[in-house]
Amino acid sequence: MKITITIDWKTAKTERRTPIIKVAEELGIKIPTLCYNEQLEPYGVCRLCTVEVVKGKRTRFVTACNYPVEEGLTIYTHSEKVMQIRRLIIESLLALCPDVKILQSLAKELGVKELRFEKGKEDCIKCGLCVRMCEEIVGLSAISFADRGVDRKVITPFDLPSDICIGCGACSFVCPTKSIKMELKAGDRFRSLPGNERFCRYAIMGIIPNALCANSFRCWKCEVDQRFIEQLNTHPIFLSKKRKTKEVKDYITFLHKIRR
Amino acid sequence: MTPEEIIRIIKQSGLRGRGGGGFPTGVKWETCKNAKGNIKYIICNADEGDPGAFMDRSLLEGNPHSVLEGMIIGGYAIGSNEGYIYVRKEYPLAVETLNIAINKAREYGLLGQDIMGSGFDFDIEIHRGAGAFVCGESTALMASLEGRVGEPRAKYIHTVEHGLWDKPSNLNNVETWANVPVIVVRGANWFTKIGTGDVSNNPWGGSKGTKIFSLVGKINNTGLVEVPMGMRLREIIYDIGGGIPGGKKFKAVQTGGPSGGCLPDSLLDLPVDFDELTKVGSMMGSGGMIVMDENTCMVDIAKYFIDFLKGESCGKCVPCREGIRNMLDILTNITEGKGKENDIELLKELGEWMQESALCALGTSAPNPVLSTLRYFQAEYDAHIKDKRCPAGVCKSLIQFSIDAEKCTGCMVCVKACPKDAITGNRKEAHILDQTKCIKCSACYDMCRFGAVIRK
Repeated sequence: MKITITIDWKTAKTERRTPIIKVAEELGIKIPTLCYNEQLEPYGVCRLCTVEVVKGKRTRFVTACNYPVEEGLTIYTHSEKVMQIRRLIIESLLALCPDVKILQSLAKELGVKELRFEKGKEDCIKCGLCVRMCEEIVGLSAISFADRGVDRKVITPFDLPSDICIGCGACSFVCPTKSIKMELKAGDRFRSLPGNERFCRYAIMGIIPNALCANSFRCWKCEVDQRFIEQLNTHPIFLSKKRKTKEVKDYITFLHKIRR
Repeated sequence: MTPEEIIRIIKQSGLRGRGGGGFPTGVKWETCKNAKGNIKYIICNADEGDPGAFMDRSLLEGNPHSVLEGMIIGGYAIGSNEGYIYVRKEYPLAVETLNIAINKAREYGLLGQDIMGSGFDFDIEIHRGAGAFVCGESTALMASLEGRVGEPRAKYIHTVEHGLWDKPSNLNNVETWANVPVIVVRGANWFTKIGTGDVSNNPWGGSKGTKIFSLVGKINNTGLVEVPMGMRLREIIYDIGGGIPGGKKFKAVQTGGPSGGCLPDSLLDLPVDFDELTKVGSMMGSGGMIVMDENTCMVDIAKYFIDFLKGESCGKCVPCREGIRNMLDILTNITEGKGKENDIELLKELGEWMQESALCALGTSAPNPVLSTLRYFQAEYDAHIKDKRCPAGVCKSLIQFSIDAEKCTGCMVCVKACPKDAITGNRKEAHILDQTKCIKCSACYDMCRFGAVIRK
């Protein structure tokens, strides 16, 4: 059953409980986001996609990425109040991470002129894209959030080199601020298996058949990432299917076997 | 009595959630009963984390059966067979008494299979929290109960439809559950006689029944008090609480825990109920009531609560995490005498931003202590920022101690009291205070019986 809603004075017919952001996208309305990725569960933490929703007599500010639409909603995506909320979000994030490009350009776009808060030196905005990527699509949860409140950070368990990370680079790919970087030398860890077998991270992901590499497993010369990103505008991990719990367990035991 | 009848009675009674939100309990039960799904859960929120509040603790330790009985009735009305009590980690005695109570109830056949031959099965399990304030928030509590990190999620789809393990779940506070058996026994009419407003047509129309408050701070009789809704603050503080000790003047009362607001003496005649407190920028919260006397600096109080929330915010969403951090920076600057002219406006802007855009109730109510003190005590902020002066003499960077040589009798009391040996002098001679050594602990000021120590 279709329902009717109004977004920025345009009427749209859509399924009940579709997130606002998808309906807006179909209408060609752009809502800025930092923590949203279509392929992942909406998280609703950057609050940048906040929109004004009028339901009956009540006006609320909700996040477009996870608010399920209902019959008769009126939504304003760029009202003055919404813009004010977005400006403060960008202002406080930019104060925390002054050197991040995406925040600088968003600040320009939204008209943030001065930073009134104490400046920090971080480059992670804690959007959780990397954590959700590793959990939902890669299926490993090699990284996660630790600590609480202002100390919140993304780390591997106990901040030690992870023994289940496959070095797929998906976290680095989705990171909007480029805070997570790939280490070339870490590629060594995936190069060889005991007993002359060769292995690469794309083989581990199940994208490329095992033991086929034009670079003879010199991961630092691998062009796969680049090719995928250039030609398909996505990361190879999105081609692998979501892993089920059983599969992940087998896989982790398998990885442990390789390391020993 | 059928489940429908019970829900009708609870709805008629106008009982509203005692955990802080004040949502009509009957309405919640009805929605949960009508929600799709065979498996439903009943949850009791006993994660009481407000500093200085221990209403739920006293109920769990003193009368756990009232809570269990309420949950059994709730389970019967909603159609649930499983209940959870989420108890704060710091309440070991509550867990012990609850365990005894649950075992006793099982022995008597009041819990378990086919309760009293009615064909209704219900059992309760205890889950101990892990020490996070935010787990008192319903979605965070459910996440923690499922074994995940205790972080809230968006509540656009309510927990009564998709809650614990994605099943319809009905969560109520300890005190709400304890109210249920009394209402069922005595009837809705008896309950509506106590309290304010009219709930016959609109469940939000008033506050009915009694509420337990935890009266603490600068007050003669500290402790728990159960009062009818609508009692005036003055009656609670002066008649029951016995006023302020030491003949000092009343300055403010903070209601609703760390994210409540501070109310001045001009609002002492305010009837205490859900709607009146919200109107003046505070909230009922779980029932904490901290009384402050004239020696309290309101900027320092706002800073204290924001600092508490800084440690307890989960940090998931930007407005709460960054808003609290920035607010605390600004407040610390003000108390250190580094406040700027536009700080007050910036605090207001930040506060409103957090109220509108934070993810959960912790974030949206976090600016309350700042906004309410700004609303009622702005003169104090102005004194800190413009005159670099702390009127209550609390903010250490803004005060200085000195000794009035004329009044000093040379009794040596302050010399002994000073932990840093900053005061020197002989008996019957005026003492001298060395400013470079002074740590502004105020020990000399508190000890001097002649008013010779001056605090500026």
